[in-house]
Amino acid sequence: MRRGYRLPFVVFLAPALLVYTMFGIYPIVDSLRLSLYTGADDGGVAFVGLANFVYLLTDQFAAPRFWNAFVNNVQFFAIHLIVQNPIGLLIAGLLTSGFLRRSEGWYRTLIFIPTTLSVVVVGFIWQLILSPLWGFVETPLLGLESTALPTLSLMSVWQYVGIPMLFLYAVLVNIPRELDEAARIDGASGWQTFWRVKFPLLAPMFGIISVITYIANFNAFDLIYSVQGPFAGPNFSTDIFGTLFYRTFLGAQTATGSVTLGAAVASLMFIIILIGVALYLLLVHRRLRTYDLSS
Amino acid sequence: MTTTRDTTDSATSSPEPSAGQLVRERQSRRRQLRARIAVHGILVGYTLVALAPIAMIVMNSLKERAAIFDSPFAPPTPETFSGDGYESVFNRADFVTYFANSITVTVASVVLTVLFAAMAAFALTEYRVKIAPFLLAYLALGIMVPIRLGTVSILQLMNQLGLVNTRTALVLVYVAMGLPLAVVLLTQFFRQAPTELREAARVDGASEYRVFAILLPIVRPGLAAVAVASMLPIWNDLWFPLILAPSDATSTVTLAVQQFIGQFSADWNAVLATLTLGALPLILLYLVFARQFVRGLTAGVGK
Repeated sequence: MRRGYRLPFVVFLAPALLVYTMFGIYPIVDSLRLSLYTGADDGGVAFVGLANFVYLLTDQFAAPRFWNAFVNNVQFFAIHLIVQNPIGLLIAGLLTSGFLRRSEGWYRTLIFIPTTLSVVVVGFIWQLILSPLWGFVETPLLGLESTALPTLSLMSVWQYVGIPMLFLYAVLVNIPRELDEAARIDGASGWQTFWRVKFPLLAPMFGIISVITYIANFNAFDLIYSVQGPFAGPNFSTDIFGTLFYRTFLGAQTATGSVTLGAAVASLMFIIILIGVALYLLLVHRRLRTYDLSS
Repeated sequence: MTTTRDTTDSATSSPEPSAGQLVRERQSRRRQLRARIAVHGILVGYTLVALAPIAMIVMNSLKERAAIFDSPFAPPTPETFSGDGYESVFNRADFVTYFANSITVTVASVVLTVLFAAMAAFALTEYRVKIAPFLLAYLALGIMVPIRLGTVSILQLMNQLGLVNTRTALVLVYVAMGLPLAVVLLTQFFRQAPTELREAARVDGASEYRVFAILLPIVRPGLAAVAVASMLPIWNDLWFPLILAPSDATSTVTLAVQQFIGQFSADWNAVLATLTLGALPLILLYLVFARQFVRGLTAGVGK
């Protein structure tokens, strides 16, 4: 770098690095640190090592809550993957099937609308529609332990199906037309062309969608909190890490919150998200060099 | 759908088609038509699934209580029309303030995110510095690690800075949250910008800041895409307003909807009106920017 560029380089990068470090990275690192402390009587904090984690993972009252949130969160994520990807694929495939002309943009825009809404609004819309008062559904789906979590997951899928649809669509529209035509000339039907030619090209995108969904699902909060409250009822059957973190940190009703225990829950979420992302990078991303953003 | 003719016509261009060819052509055209109808059928069906719940809320927010329960699928008529819901919402809650708060926070966050990200992306792509790739990787970390996980320390930090219950606190967090994706996307746009222009500007003696200003209009599509894509998560966020700025004076629309609906639990008109107020402005905004939004979300992934 020429000497005259040194100052501009610093000036251009300083604002982004400063705000990002101070309000993004530093708090996460500091939370990891705080999770090793406990609140002391004099208002300060005392170092306790891994005691908070041992408490969260093994205490007779805390551990069931943690593992319950873990299992629920895995279920929440699994329902997203199983339901949203086929629907997104179907719609993206139909949008690019060649049967549509001007209507393509309209369908794409309209089907994406729920994704733009606030999760809070989505939660209440469905709460009203599923309300026994209105009477479309006889069973109180959100009030039963067995159905509440799948119902909330599907509400979330309804909202976010636009994301896989749009990402898969972005790949499909960029597939060169010649590839499609070559397959047709070789005698392949539209159906065969889709599965044999286009679908393999979509595989990397399923990886990206899955990891985005994983990160979003494992720090989800808004929907459960809006619909079921901080206790994620009935009887914690819809409790996920986001709501557990909120209660542990800020307390709810009679339970008092704890800064350091809250930080410990956040640290465990951090580790779980990191494991998921690492698995993705090692198992999926490494084989897909064309999608490497950093190269 | 207005036409059923398709490009298959060109397949039968021989001057004297035999009877067998004609039959085959008719069959294939009929099959095409059936496929087309099926495609539209499925897409219309799913569009209804996506929109009907929203339409139901908006429609019923303008009806009187009895009509909401008797005929939920009917649009409001002059007989069933009622603005009671909106009246009680505006009497009980200051939605004008909440909208102003949401707009202030969102606009300030988006403007700063785009500006800071553009500056950083310019520096990282323009100067061949050894640490540039590492700085980009550092800035990109935030895509994988949600900033929410640092909430405990963010709240403590805002307490120390005296920023709790201010819109400034929200803006700072949202800028930190939006920067990673914005920087990564904008570096792609800056890399594609032609080099002659900046070299010419430098030969003319332009300062580095001037060169940056000259390049900005060229990456405008990228700026627009990033701005629109970073707007929705900020406007729709519940977590940070709830924790950092829950006071009535700083409440955003999303937080207000969450908090007021509980109080209106028996008043369906008010609940429906609150939901409509929370949903409609965003839908309209999205429809205006739909193109840039789609581009912002798919920038980089489709390549």
